[in-house]
Amino acid sequence: MSVLIDKFDVFAGGFWLTLQICVLAAVGALILGAVLAVLRISPVPPLRAVGTAYVNIFRNMPLTVVMFFAAFGLPALGSNADFLRIPVLDSLFTRLGTDLPYFRFALIALVLYTAAFVCEALRSGVNAVPPGQAEAARSLGLTFGQNLRHVVLPQSWKASVVPLGSVIIAMIKNSALVGFFGVVGDLSQSADQLTSAEGYAFIPVAIGISIGYLIMTVPLGALLDRLEKRQAVAR
Amino acid sequence: MRMKRVAAVAAAATLALGLAACGGDDADEGTGSGSKSFAAGSTMEKLNKAQKIKIGTKFDQPGFGQKGLSGKPEGFDVEVAKLIVKELGIPADKIEYVETPSKVREDVIVNGTVDLVAATYTINDKRKERIAFAGPYYEAGQNILVKKDDATITGPDSFKDGTKKVCSVTGSTPAEEIKKYVKDVGTQLVLFDTYDKCRDALKGGQVDAVTTDNVILLGYIAKDESSFKLAGENFTKEPYGIGVKKEDNDFRNFVNDTLEKAFNDGSWKKAWDDTAGKFGAELGTAPTVNRY
Repeated sequence: MSVLIDKFDVFAGGFWLTLQICVLAAVGALILGAVLAVLRISPVPPLRAVGTAYVNIFRNMPLTVVMFFAAFGLPALGSNADFLRIPVLDSLFTRLGTDLPYFRFALIALVLYTAAFVCEALRSGVNAVPPGQAEAARSLGLTFGQNLRHVVLPQSWKASVVPLGSVIIAMIKNSALVGFFGVVGDLSQSADQLTSAEGYAFIPVAIGISIGYLIMTVPLGALLDRLEKRQAVAR
Repeated sequence: MRMKRVAAVAAAATLALGLAACGGDDADEGTGSGSKSFAAGSTMEKLNKAQKIKIGTKFDQPGFGQKGLSGKPEGFDVEVAKLIVKELGIPADKIEYVETPSKVREDVIVNGTVDLVAATYTINDKRKERIAFAGPYYEAGQNILVKKDDATITGPDSFKDGTKKVCSVTGSTPAEEIKKYVKDVGTQLVLFDTYDKCRDALKGGQVDAVTTDNVILLGYIAKDESSFKLAGENFTKEPYGIGVKKEDNDFRNFVNDTLEKAFNDGSWKKAWDDTAGKFGAELGTAPTVNRY
């Protein structure tokens, strides 16, 4: 188990990079997922079709395949995902702005994949709001946007926060794949590094990175439990 | 589990002895249980009596250990392992090949999953802490693969200014080595699980170079001479050894003796010419076996 102490800096570095990609991917997936959810519940049929098609494609494709498309398909199309080199963000999250595009590719894959699940979590929340609420709002003359903003979404939020949390937790664990698509130095890739190049036994290293993931996921789970309890009071 | 296997080996040995006793003459020449005499209780004796051996090798390394249509891995590592197996008095068709990617090589030896590992296995001190190496049986060297028209990369020092990007395989010795030359790992180094992905990244322009042992790079040049070339000379020495259990000095000495014999009688050179030598890689003179 000495590897946990000897190589603490490697584990810490891996944790930091995984945290970076998870924060960015979570924000991206929540935004894109919200847009998709609005599409799926919109009154305009073509928009609904777009939302449904997106969810059907990305929810049903293995993440590894999405990663492959991002990491090897985008370069084939001549893109290095340079649009993600966002000026202020890239000084905070330094990997975003480097010449090596693999951090951005991995981020795109995680966002695209997770957004489908975020969309469904949000939509299930909207469906949990009694239809009478939306009908009443409409009969009061609220537009679709106003209806969502003031009536439906505030209530749906309560029903969707827990499934959303599960989606994000799943995403954090899914981020372990990025190390196999050219991102150097995240938690899972660090484990690979320590076991194969430096010859450490696998089990202690695996325990080390598991702790890293648990530090991210357990507090998130605890937070969700609290939110759930609060909701129970609010009802 | 362990007891069971010991019992199984003992049973197989008894059975084999019985068979050898009734009809020793139909066995292959120089093989079969008891065909060679080894010190009692040694690994060699056990393997010879069991008449089977498990060998860890790579299944995806062109020229060294690559599983093809035959269903069995083929390459220089496999041929060298066969030389050892022959010396143990075991026919080659009794070998069970176990795929051992880089990251499990120590574990399969320590756990006893395989009897020996021949898998482009660079001898280094860190690995010697857990297992022992016989050999080397080949000395590769790290080199750099670039696009044919690239004149800006001339050697590992070209990465020092922090602009050139390089790709290698996670957890490999070359990946560790190139880190010494790279200014910022986060912005210059890409690691994949296979060299094929690195080659694609080089072709696509995401990286400027691929680095690993020369023999592997020569394999890519052999397939696509119009696109790639090597940049400069080898800048490391990578002695490939045979991994065995750490405490098993007798077996290690036996493998070393076998290798030395193969260096001298030409079977080592033939093994090379039939496999990795086809890529145009130089074999050079036989390395000196290191009996540390």
